[in-house]
Amino acid sequence: MVAPADISPTSDSQKLARARQIDARRKRNTRLYLLLPGLVIIGLFGLMPLSITLVYSFLKPGSYGGVEWVFSLDAYVQFFVERDIFDDTLSPNWAYISIFSRSIGLSFGATLGALILGFPTAYYIASKPAHQRNFWLFLITLPFWTNLLIRTYAMLIIIRDQGVINLALMNAGIIDKPISILYTDTAVFIGLIYSYLPFMVLPLYASLEKLDLRLIEAAYDLYASRFKVLTKIILPLAKPGIVAGCILVFIPGLGAYITPELLGGGKKLMIGNLIAIQFGSSRNWPFGSAAALILMAVVMLALLLYVRHGAKGARHG
Amino acid sequence: MAKRFDLRRQTGFSEIAWFCLFALYAPILMLVVFSFNDNRSVVKWTEFSLRWYYEAFDNDGIRAATAISLKLAFVSAFFGTIFATMAALATTRTKPYKGMYLAYAVINQPLMIPEIVTAIASLSLFALIKQLTGVTGIGYLMLAHTVFTIPFAYMPIRARLEDMTLTLEQAAADLYAPPTKVFWKVTFPLLIPGIVAGAMLAFVVSLDDVIITLMVAGPGETTLPIFILGAIRRGITPEINAVSTILLVASIVFVAIFFLVQKKRTK
Repeated sequence: MVAPADISPTSDSQKLARARQIDARRKRNTRLYLLLPGLVIIGLFGLMPLSITLVYSFLKPGSYGGVEWVFSLDAYVQFFVERDIFDDTLSPNWAYISIFSRSIGLSFGATLGALILGFPTAYYIASKPAHQRNFWLFLITLPFWTNLLIRTYAMLIIIRDQGVINLALMNAGIIDKPISILYTDTAVFIGLIYSYLPFMVLPLYASLEKLDLRLIEAAYDLYASRFKVLTKIILPLAKPGIVAGCILVFIPGLGAYITPELLGGGKKLMIGNLIAIQFGSSRNWPFGSAAALILMAVVMLALLLYVRHGAKGARHG
Repeated sequence: MAKRFDLRRQTGFSEIAWFCLFALYAPILMLVVFSFNDNRSVVKWTEFSLRWYYEAFDNDGIRAATAISLKLAFVSAFFGTIFATMAALATTRTKPYKGMYLAYAVINQPLMIPEIVTAIASLSLFALIKQLTGVTGIGYLMLAHTVFTIPFAYMPIRARLEDMTLTLEQAAADLYAPPTKVFWKVTFPLLIPGIVAGAMLAFVVSLDDVIITLMVAGPGETTLPIFILGAIRRGITPEINAVSTILLVASIVFVAIFFLVQKKRTK
């Protein structure tokens, strides 16, 4: 694209074309220099680690953590099947499959729970006058920016056996023994909804805010009931927001570490804890890497779904 | 007598909305209230006292962890914001060019991958580098934090840039200001609210990070959230409530600054 230097510009139009070319090249260079530091640091310390993980997942574990540089598919095999130590027969490894399916189930359940709570909330906020909306949004977003660990700890204090809920119920004479919620799937489920509810409300709000009131009015004119208006008009119009919100809750829920760690008490493992343990006490880095990649594959699938169906909705953030 | 028919109303929605607000804040408020309780209990109120705050301030572990957290957040937010500003300048107010969407995807990459995966991947890479070079230290943690602060700082800066028209810069150029002068005298001052907002978010996400720090941190690099996690595992005490409250207040202050600076933009 660069013009040979020996051609001297003769006409004004040629001079102009030349100047434009130089300008375009300068802009291109500036852009490159501006992007370089960010891209290099994310590339080196954000993307490259992932390729290391890929490599590690095909190696053998070292005895004291780390890896031994011997090719092996054990990590992946171990995830799905178990080799009998006596007769070498293979059987499905239910331990890991159940952790994985529990993670998907809990995360999916929490997504539904967050949708059931988040949709009415987002709708209510969208129906408020403009100045109140911002305040409500601020209140919903604020917990998201505060420490997840601390919020989970706050939840732990409330739902444990000696927590406020149980004490209040016992004082009121409704129950005489505390209901044990902590260290159960229910606790993790509640914790996940509590953690990621703001992720649901924000994209829902963004698509509900644009709702055309005339459509609702038309439906009422045609004798639709409130429920019919909700299911036939509002919900279909909010679909991009619903998909976006569900993805934004499902993905972090699936990879959750803190919530099951504190509220599941290390007994009700999710995939995030399983991965972390491999790099800690279990010292099986290849297996942890393989589990991480399997988790990432599920996440990518969910993201693909989002791009296909929900990307037209509001972008979060 | 009949109320005006409200098109938007749906039965029970306002109740659910208020319930959500209550459910989001009640646990946090409980935690804060009981940090001021003059008692070992975190559920039975006796008397107001700052006892647990004094104990927290006297705790060497907490003091050291706070110092490390602040240092880490300053360094990573500083570099993260600079890199994010540069990247935002290169990806906004221009015709789409080859590689722009790729650059966009790379910048947002840390947001798209589950944190636990990033955490163990970083641990693997850093362990390899440590093994090969023998270099240890807090630098690894700073690098890991800088990576994930970039997309958070990028978002508000990009939003601010997209709200700015090119007219002022064009006017400056028409008056023969060279490009660097246009940038420092026109673009940069206009962009400052976006940069401040981005820096606040970067600082908060670094300050609050648990999982990546937990995996990457070497011995003696305990940050405040990691200290709190360890303390919770050992048992619940009001001292944890006090430290947590301090960290909460810090986050809320920075996020409030973010919202205030952002609000100015729309005026």
